[in-house]
Amino acid sequence: MIEKALQGSSRYWTWIGFLLVLIGAGFISYLYQLKTGLGITGMSRDVSWGVYIAQFTYLVGVAAGAVMLVIPELLHGYHPYRRVVVFGEFLAIAAVTMCLLFIVVDIGQPARLFNVLLHPTPNSILFWDMIVLNGYLLINIIVGYNTLLCDKKGIPVPKWVKFFAYVSIPWAFSIHTVTAFLYSGLPGRHAWLTAIMAPRFLASAFASGPALLILLLLIVRKVSKYDPGEKVLQSIAKTICYAMIANLFFVGLEFFTAFYSNIPSHMHGLEYLFFGLHGHDQLVPWMQTAGVLGFLGVFILLIPPLRRRIGFLALACAAIIASTWTDKGVGLVIGGFVPNPFEKITEYHPTFPEITIAIGIWAVGFLILTVLYKVAISVREQELN
Amino acid sequence: MYDSGKVIIGLVIFVAIATFPFWFGMGKAAPMPEPVIMTKGQKCVESKDYMRASHMYLLNVWRDQALRDGNRVYENKRGEKVTISLQNTCMKCHSNKEKFCDRCHDYAEVKPYCWDCHFVPKESKQWN
Amino acid sequence: MELKRRDFLKIVGGSALIGGSAISALVEEAGIAHASPHEEHGHSAEEDHGHGHIEEASGIRWAMVVDMRKCSEQEGCRDCINACHYVHNVPNFPDPKEEVKWIWKDEYHHVFTDISTLDPYVPEHIKRHPFLVLCNHCDNPPCVRVCPTKATFKRPDGIVAMDYHRCIGCRFCMAACPYGSRSFNWRDPRLGLKGRELNYEFPTRMRGVVEKCNFCVERLAQGKIPACVEACKHGALTFGNLADPNSEVRALLRENYALRRKPQLGTKPSVFYIIA
Repeated sequence: MIEKALQGSSRYWTWIGFLLVLIGAGFISYLYQLKTGLGITGMSRDVSWGVYIAQFTYLVGVAAGAVMLVIPELLHGYHPYRRVVVFGEFLAIAAVTMCLLFIVVDIGQPARLFNVLLHPTPNSILFWDMIVLNGYLLINIIVGYNTLLCDKKGIPVPKWVKFFAYVSIPWAFSIHTVTAFLYSGLPGRHAWLTAIMAPRFLASAFASGPALLILLLLIVRKVSKYDPGEKVLQSIAKTICYAMIANLFFVGLEFFTAFYSNIPSHMHGLEYLFFGLHGHDQLVPWMQTAGVLGFLGVFILLIPPLRRRIGFLALACAAIIASTWTDKGVGLVIGGFVPNPFEKITEYHPTFPEITIAIGIWAVGFLILTVLYKVAISVREQELN
Repeated sequence: MYDSGKVIIGLVIFVAIATFPFWFGMGKAAPMPEPVIMTKGQKCVESKDYMRASHMYLLNVWRDQALRDGNRVYENKRGEKVTISLQNTCMKCHSNKEKFCDRCHDYAEVKPYCWDCHFVPKESKQWN
Repeated sequence: MELKRRDFLKIVGGSALIGGSAISALVEEAGIAHASPHEEHGHSAEEDHGHGHIEEASGIRWAMVVDMRKCSEQEGCRDCINACHYVHNVPNFPDPKEEVKWIWKDEYHHVFTDISTLDPYVPEHIKRHPFLVLCNHCDNPPCVRVCPTKATFKRPDGIVAMDYHRCIGCRFCMAACPYGSRSFNWRDPRLGLKGRELNYEFPTRMRGVVEKCNFCVERLAQGKIPACVEACKHGALTFGNLADPNSEVRALLRENYALRRKPQLGTKPSVFYIIA
């Protein structure tokens, strides 16, 4: 099947070439980081995680989002999703791969990565995160690839593949729950120390993953003969809408708990992110825009005549992606480190090589996604004939 | 079979590149290096043969004993007690890292990271 | 080139024997395991994530008392800091973002954040004088809990130690430490030691690992007290065994009212501050 990715139009190859250039730039920057150390990033003693871990966190959500198609199809027998699920699974493969790469570039001694396996430590959440992420990657490769292979051959999906598809449902929940536990179990990091962190992560994942999927499916429809169908797009849009409402609601709960209790340390993180703290307000425009975009996305998706117009649907999805990305890919990590344990504020500015590395990893993800989608599209086009 | 000519040429090039290190280095084995010790007459913590074959294992075991178990005394096969310390036991005798450690490590193309942290007083003058 | 199996077992077995006998000797010698701080707080050993029982077995619980009445009289004194940073070859990076520090000074309202920030009526002399801060060597250390490789671990004598050979540099411990006690080597630490007098008895660290105060574990092994305590000419620092009711630290804590940082987090620091 994979050979289908080697045949394509000049537009396809231009896109691949573009991604390879970005990957190359990221790789060169990474070599520089390997040689000099993480000092080339904007991270510091006080803000000791930055863009890398933030992207990792966001992308775990994108990966988990695929389950929003698997559940209706598998548990509720919602057949319109039958041909689309594989696109969600392939998106998950690309996203988890990016997650793992972001972890690798973030650690100070990548050559010792396997110490995590040599000295397994079950009391560390990072140990469990490694297990669930790699497991999820494997499950999605197994299910995605075999489902597509069966479609190509025109035979029903065997039972053992179905078994893994069922396993992927709780597993998707586990990857984002465990990732939330990385943050929510730390004493003294008030912005993270919240029982609602895992539900918040899941809600935002189930909005951002499918929103990205809709945009991708709209592109698929443009560049190929395969059309997932209006019904499918509208169903996914409804899922996104519910999930995003839950996400905004959960964020609102954080505000209530912090500000009604009026406990300073609980308010500081949110104050810093959304209103500015002691004159430090560089993230305020980001976070406020994210809030507005989140509501805008929900507004469009809530009104059926708007939602049905492709332009508005795409706008809503883009708004929700931007909103959830800013929330998790920018605000969450930084908000936990500011103010620091001494109630001092050290701000964080990612550096040029740091951003280049991050873009390079995103490009790897898109390359994987492009290749996998190319294969999936070719099978779907073959079914049409 | 399509393009059998191209495939065969490709295979030949691949095999040539893959085996390049073997025929390039043929008949040119570098001479075995001789490590030099400054402190003649003193006995190492274990026998020469043992140390030659297993010093890396011993150092690994020492590291975990001293650092993790807090046990900084090693009793060797001769029944002597030695303080466990790379920097303060080993490097005190083997003070000429270049002639003692590096010669063999370079020959065997191994790059232990011991000295990223542990001092060799003489060499630290170079960066300090 | 491989270690003979028998020899390897001998090394491992020998170490287990020495380690085991050392611990049992300590237990016999101490005989006061029950006077450990856990009992006083009515906590069972299990609550301390499985470390408690080993700790009680060792009969040692190293702790430090900082007497601010004496420390704050010496304005600008950096004796303890200089001693520690020399003995452990702690690099000096002026940019606060890359700073590496094992022991340093900070103001009252930054050190005792949860107690102090809202209180404007604290005596001026306390507000003004900087407090000494270092790793708290918690009874219940969050950094140990989160480390994915056991690179940071708690020793039977209560010291939270680090194995720099094993650290992968994920910095989870830095996120977990509620006291900001940990530093990361963003660059080669030797760049921050250039031109400085070095202590050739102790290694440096390497780029990409986390480091922090080790309560001078290497000096304790030689029967010495920590370098900072030794360096303090004014008797502001006292180091000793918290599990021994006759120790100096216990006497100080018995006679004075002392604070620990962020007690509400349940980490149970073993660094105490006598404020006034």
